[in-house]
Amino acid sequence: MPAPGSFALPLCALILAPLLLGIVNRTKAVIAGRRGPPLLQPYWDIAKSLRRGAVYGEATTWLFRLGPVVGLAALVAALLVMPFGGLGAPVSFSGDMIVLVGLLALGRFATVLAALDTGSSFEGMGAAREMHFSALAEPALLLALATLARVTGSFALTPVYQSITIGAWADALPTFALVAVTLLIIALVENTRIPVDDPTTHLELTMIHEVMVLDHSGPDFGLIQYATALKLWIFGALLVGLMVPVRSGSAWFDGTAMLVGMVLLAGVIGMIESAMARYRLVYVPQFIVAAATLSAVAFIIRLV
Amino acid sequence: MFEFIVSISLLALGGMLAIVLFPRAGMCQLAGQICAVSGSAFGLVGALHVLVTGDAVSLSGVWQMPGGSFHLEIDVLSAFFLLPIFGLSIVTGLYGRSYFAGHGGVASAASWFHLNMLTASMALVIAAHDGLLFLLASMALVIAAHDGLLFLLAWETMALSSFFLVIFDDRKAAVRHAAWTYLVAAHLGTAFLLVLFVLLGSIAASSDFAAYGAALKDHQALRSSVFLLALMGFGVKAGIVPAHVWLPEAHPVAPSHASALMSGAMIKVGIYGLVRILTLLGTPETWWGWLLIGVGALSGVLGVLFALAQHDLKRLLAYHSVENIGIILLGIGIGVLGLARGMPLLAVIGFASGFLHVLNHSIFKGLLFLGAGAVQRAVHSLELEELGGLLKRMPWTGTFFLIGAAAIVGLPPLNGFVSEFLLLYAGFLAVLQPAAAVAVAGLIVLVILGLIGGLAAACFAKAFGIVFLGSPRSAEASEAREVARPMRASMAVLALLCIAIGLGAPLAVASLAGVVAQMTGATVGTTSAELAIVARPLALAVSVFAVLIAVAALAWALRARRLAVASARRGPVWGCGYLFPSPKMQYTASSFAQPLTTQFHLLIRNRETFVPPQGYFPTASSYASDSGDPALHLLFVPTFRWFDRVVTRLNVIQHGHIHVYILYVAATLIALLIWESF
Amino acid sequence: MFPLIETIHAVGLLTCFALLATSRIGACIRWLSFQGILFGMVPLIVHDDGLTTRILLLAGGNIALKGIAFPWILLKLRARANYNREVQPFVSFVMSILCGILILALSVWLTQEMKPALAKAPFVMLDSSIFLIFVGLFLMISRRNALMQVIGYLVLENGIFVFGVITVVGTPLLVELGVLLDAFVGVFVMGIAIYHITREFGSMDVDRLTELRG
Repeated sequence: MPAPGSFALPLCALILAPLLLGIVNRTKAVIAGRRGPPLLQPYWDIAKSLRRGAVYGEATTWLFRLGPVVGLAALVAALLVMPFGGLGAPVSFSGDMIVLVGLLALGRFATVLAALDTGSSFEGMGAAREMHFSALAEPALLLALATLARVTGSFALTPVYQSITIGAWADALPTFALVAVTLLIIALVENTRIPVDDPTTHLELTMIHEVMVLDHSGPDFGLIQYATALKLWIFGALLVGLMVPVRSGSAWFDGTAMLVGMVLLAGVIGMIESAMARYRLVYVPQFIVAAATLSAVAFIIRLV
Repeated sequence: MFEFIVSISLLALGGMLAIVLFPRAGMCQLAGQICAVSGSAFGLVGALHVLVTGDAVSLSGVWQMPGGSFHLEIDVLSAFFLLPIFGLSIVTGLYGRSYFAGHGGVASAASWFHLNMLTASMALVIAAHDGLLFLLASMALVIAAHDGLLFLLAWETMALSSFFLVIFDDRKAAVRHAAWTYLVAAHLGTAFLLVLFVLLGSIAASSDFAAYGAALKDHQALRSSVFLLALMGFGVKAGIVPAHVWLPEAHPVAPSHASALMSGAMIKVGIYGLVRILTLLGTPETWWGWLLIGVGALSGVLGVLFALAQHDLKRLLAYHSVENIGIILLGIGIGVLGLARGMPLLAVIGFASGFLHVLNHSIFKGLLFLGAGAVQRAVHSLELEELGGLLKRMPWTGTFFLIGAAAIVGLPPLNGFVSEFLLLYAGFLAVLQPAAAVAVAGLIVLVILGLIGGLAAACFAKAFGIVFLGSPRSAEASEAREVARPMRASMAVLALLCIAIGLGAPLAVASLAGVVAQMTGATVGTTSAELAIVARPLALAVSVFAVLIAVAALAWALRARRLAVASARRGPVWGCGYLFPSPKMQYTASSFAQPLTTQFHLLIRNRETFVPPQGYFPTASSYASDSGDPALHLLFVPTFRWFDRVVTRLNVIQHGHIHVYILYVAATLIALLIWESF
Repeated sequence: MFPLIETIHAVGLLTCFALLATSRIGACIRWLSFQGILFGMVPLIVHDDGLTTRILLLAGGNIALKGIAFPWILLKLRARANYNREVQPFVSFVMSILCGILILALSVWLTQEMKPALAKAPFVMLDSSIFLIFVGLFLMISRRNALMQVIGYLVLENGIFVFGVITVVGTPLLVELGVLLDAFVGVFVMGIAIYHITREFGSMDVDRLTELRG
């Protein structure tokens, strides 16, 4: 069991997460030929929402108010077990992958229930689609994590990520590459980015996550925006930790390399969003199952 | 053993009193309830005593049954399975009187009788420790029976008393049909058990379980047949696919606390039987573990898929029981695989997850059924499309149901997550093994459990969301009132247990050492050490949950303060500019599940009748979805029809002439006597 | 010594043939009563360890029930419900007698086969018991009238009783009383059934029960 990392890591994540969103939006704007919003715009948006008053639907109960709170708390708790590349997480134990998946599921469940609480068909629609895709994405994520576990010989996140060195990549190039693609696809699905969902649209035919939070306002919406950023950070850390095998042993060097990787990832996501159109909703399950298949193939390669 | 005998007697007494007192409804309910609760309390104390001290208690008596012995024994395994039975019985006893308030008459009296007899018989099945009784299958008591004869007698009583509970509302044809389906299925399962016990009896010296174990050591070739027979016989009772078809028929029509007892405790008796036979079989074969994993995966996935398509709340819950039995079998399968391959840690954790899920499932499934019963009492309907907005009108029931739903989905920090954590942990352990077969088994467990978890979350988002959230979809739902305090109290107890086991996960897991040790055959010390390996991660996980709760509280406080300064007011939700939003515009249960049911249509095969609106302006249209059970329609109904056609040809001998019947008897007698002489 | 056992055996056989040959129900009932008293005395004669209270109870109970109580019940039934005082056989009386002889041969043969296993039982009583069982079955098969069914059943019971007394050693009294209770309940139930059959069909022809078949 490696020495637990400090709590500085989650703190950094808490501070830096909305910046990722800012980079994504800026990249999309630049590619589209516009100047785009400032990089720190998400922070201003969250602050603005927190300052506002709220309007609650007539059918809503305490559950509607609790949803964003639990969603955020789940993600913050998940940060406790997330390593950042070579930097260890504050809490690390065998099976923390399971806790991660469980916490993500808790956040999702809370959001969906809050959406159903409004009694509006829009939220119901978003909730149905969200549950559909996440039911398929959860096994895909577990497959990817299981493959990583088998290659690295441990199923605690910190040791797994700490043993992803350049040597390990050379040893298991096809496996890691396939798992990386899977993680990218799952990141796109879980954060409802294109090609699964368009975060900027507000047409009911095309929304998943956006429509679930349609009737939240004020501080609740601020919490939701922040939680979105955190979720992107978490999935980004999972992917970038795999893609950037810099494990020099020096915390500053590894941390900086990871941060560069995260920025690059945000750029890549921006580019994907600009280059692709959204898939028809019926194709998304195929997309997710394809991701799972990639991981399964990666696992089988390492089986013998 | 003293507490056990007292509890059985109290339960039987309660049952008799309920029958005797039936003209006076109040006294009858009270007597039934008091005896149920006190009897179960005694039994629970006894079971806990055995679990804590780790010693088995036994009672042997003289019994004038040919080939049988009256041997009751409660060892750690039996005591563990007695926990959900007695525990749930206490809670449902509390619940039952308020549930029946207003239903006078023989039916309620009889149902108290049967409820008590059911609990007593389940308890006796678990204590029975001796062998062969198939000729007299009428009154007996299963779990304490440690003799195959006593076991089967008790099994039969269990089946019969639950049959009478299921047929409670016997004026409806659908209820009668459901009850008959249940009885036929139960007896088909018992048929396999009869064959099993006859087989065991033919090789063993006596019908005591210990004798069976010794005999099986000498007859290695028979072990696989014994295992398969046990799986089929006990599997029917537990509700594995495809033998699950009686579950969604029987559990919904029984009164809700009876459904809670049946779903929470009775199907576990099936698991108990399988596990008991496994302890007698010694070191298992590898393919047994694979078979159990396969059956568990199939039941888990199909159970939750069928549940998704339901729009009757109790039917949905019944299918979920099938799914959870699948999860339990996944755990036991991994345990068996670990034993077969000589990987003690894997075996220990697999069995621990299976057993913990047995306990957890009885708690949260009991809670959910009690909640459904409360809804039924308040709204008089369980059709999801007619409910809605009940969280506002029944806040307590809604909150407890929410806790149960979150627990059954396996969300942290509740108890469902702990048993799924153990199972996934075992899966990861298996994945790390160099042996390819074990790694693939582990991977299958991981993927299937992930899929089941996601689908279960969808299903319970639908169930809870459509029933309790949004606006009421019918007049009765808008006039629902919160139920009586005893019903709420019983639900509260179970909800608190969910939270307690979730937050006290390391303790819960450590206490399983005794039971698991009996399964693996190791000593309690070794097993405790192995369980301690997984208790440490659980402790750290619980600390993460503590942070979760703290952050949630902080965020709540933050937002409350912000809203005290800024304003918070009510308004309509976005309706795309529509002027007259109505509750009918909400998502319905079928529409919520539609993406998933369409995706898995091949497996679910639900039928939709859709009349679309005609013309340019809105007109009447309708949509109805019906999900008959595919296993029933594709497998059992055709088989039974074929059987019927073949057997009808034999109808010739049934002409109705009594004299010829007696001639048959005499002819057979003479033939036997002559044959015997040669 | 006066061969009591052989006498009972011979007279018992005669009562059976009488039942096979009689055409009126009243007479059958009286033969049955005589048979009951006759075979009720068997425990008093065939005993190993003296006249215990148990033996007395058994013999007394049997004589009371099968010699007196059941025939009385049957007579009352006949008075109340039986419209036809004839026996109504499927098999004619002559054929019945011939069948009776065949049955006797069969039972003697069977007794010889069984004898080595049951050494302590007197041969003739064993023979009687098996003969009684088969004659009882035959009566039930070959007579249409419901009362004859009951009579056949009671003859069967007689046979079982005798068999039990001579072969079974050391059973608790409970078992033997259980056998008597069995017969009692059987007659009781059949009496009720006969009453209802007659009310429903206006006759006691048991064959008409096929009309009830769906």
